[in-house]
Amino acid sequence: MTERLTIGFLPLVDACLPILAHEHGFAEEEGLELSFVRDVSWATVLDRLLYGHSDAAHLLAPLAIATTLGRGRPAQRLATPFVLGLNGNAITVSNALADALNTQGELCDPALLGERLKKIAHERSEAGNPIRFGVVHRYSSHNYMLRYWLAGCGIRPDEDVEIVTIAPPFSADALDAGEIDSSCVGEPWNSIAVEKGVGQIVLATAQIWRRGVEKVLALREERLTEIRPAVEGLIRAMRRTGKHFVNPDNWDTNAAILSRPEYCDAPHQLVRRAISDRLVLRPGEQVLEYPDFMFQFHEAANFPWVSQAEWLYSQLVRWDGLAYDRSAAKAAANVFRPDVYRSALAATDSPLPTANSKVEGSVSETLEASVKGGTILLENNTFFDGLSFDPDMLERYIEGQK
Amino acid sequence: MRIAIIDESPLRASIIEEGLASLRDCEIFTLTSRDGLLAKIAEIGPDIVFMDLGNPSRDVLEEYFAVSRAVDRPIAMFVDQSDDDSIAASVQAGVSTYVVDGLSAKRIRPLLDLTMQRFNAFSRLQSELAEAKGKLQERETVDKAKRILMASKGLTEPAAYAELRQKAMSSNRRIFDIADAVVTAHELMEGK
Repeated sequence: MTERLTIGFLPLVDACLPILAHEHGFAEEEGLELSFVRDVSWATVLDRLLYGHSDAAHLLAPLAIATTLGRGRPAQRLATPFVLGLNGNAITVSNALADALNTQGELCDPALLGERLKKIAHERSEAGNPIRFGVVHRYSSHNYMLRYWLAGCGIRPDEDVEIVTIAPPFSADALDAGEIDSSCVGEPWNSIAVEKGVGQIVLATAQIWRRGVEKVLALREERLTEIRPAVEGLIRAMRRTGKHFVNPDNWDTNAAILSRPEYCDAPHQLVRRAISDRLVLRPGEQVLEYPDFMFQFHEAANFPWVSQAEWLYSQLVRWDGLAYDRSAAKAAANVFRPDVYRSALAATDSPLPTANSKVEGSVSETLEASVKGGTILLENNTFFDGLSFDPDMLERYIEGQK
Repeated sequence: MRIAIIDESPLRASIIEEGLASLRDCEIFTLTSRDGLLAKIAEIGPDIVFMDLGNPSRDVLEEYFAVSRAVDRPIAMFVDQSDDDSIAASVQAGVSTYVVDGLSAKRIRPLLDLTMQRFNAFSRLQSELAEAKGKLQERETVDKAKRILMASKGLTEPAAYAELRQKAMSSNRRIFDIADAVVTAHELMEGK
């Protein structure tokens, strides 16, 4: 018997796994019939999830936590049994700011770029015209990565620079109109700004945190319990899709599907570039390959590490001006559900980490991590400032980042 | 009460506005453009904001409500947990509601109901329109297929139609599907 699942998403390249699981029949093989609801704001994706229009959604990881903690609306518990991907975002600056920063059309060193930016940010702030960044949502990894980088470079978000919310499809126009000086957004929207000649890509968020959690598959906790076998089937289907997705032989086919009007509605060429970790930083320049750009499969990228949820909680507390709260921290940690991921994939050859948490940012050279029945290799997952996040020290980490 | 309707469809916005216009003590402001949205909202200082769910500016507006010091009275999403059904209905109708802090649910409810009715009326209108358009298109395709059969097989119009119908019945498909296949095949043959 087939079970129907409705999945909400925003037109972004990293909605790829559920979409391709449907298109390539991997979901069907698990007895699932998927249908999709495409929206243009996260608020609406979330509304549909909370009021039963969708069973699951492609969602910003921090938004799943903020919703559970009742930030901005009454608390509703969400559950994340699967990470849809790591990173995949970039920071694009206006041509004027790129000139001022003297970027040479390459991905910059984050610390060096921050140093140069700091000087300009202070000048602009003193002149009463602070640099303004656009991010996709208040509770987004884009916002947290950007703020982590700025603060780490001695630039105080909200004081030295402004950070505003802007919907991804409008970020290129906003750069062009001078409404913002820079944006932190997912693909294909950076590349669209470059194509239009209104901005230049200067950093990939992977340079800020090499293996940062990005979108997740989110469900209401209650709904997850109700339809758990179907969700486990979906997890298996998406793992198989991930393997297909990272195979270069399939890039053309996958880009063709994702660029369709009902999905990303974006130029094929730009989607293909993003899914193959390629970027054009400035108009007319050579394509640059940056293998760490987005991560959908390898290194157990889809495993919902509880430590990732806890890091996001540390940033939510930091930027919402809250104090550490033990029960809130626990509720945030519980959003990520490695138990569901494990039970879904127990009978497959997908590597299943034996731990639920890890020290984030601690791997600077290839490391063997133990998984059920063996090991997998974890590559560099550092933060740009060399600090690491030990979830056992959550409270101290939060105190230290004031 | 000051009510702001934010909707990028001017037609729907005016339909809602018309629905609310009969209410006493309500001043209604309609915003259909994304440009300068936040500045206009600050200027209006609404007690209640209705926004269509498909509006790409929702995240921007929510962020603004959450942090802006320009709005002196905090505005939050209207989620009255005591009445989940009505929220579900409003999501179904495609409208999100934001209200100033302290406005009682009793005052909001009739406005919300009225707005939802208008939203639903509008989507009915749209689906009827889409259906009519679809039917028109189907008829055009059937006409085209008839002309192809008439020209290539020297049939009269009724005979061409009878042939399409016959094929549809014997293959358990709709006449339009057969006609569409004929037109596609013809285009392929003609190298179009």
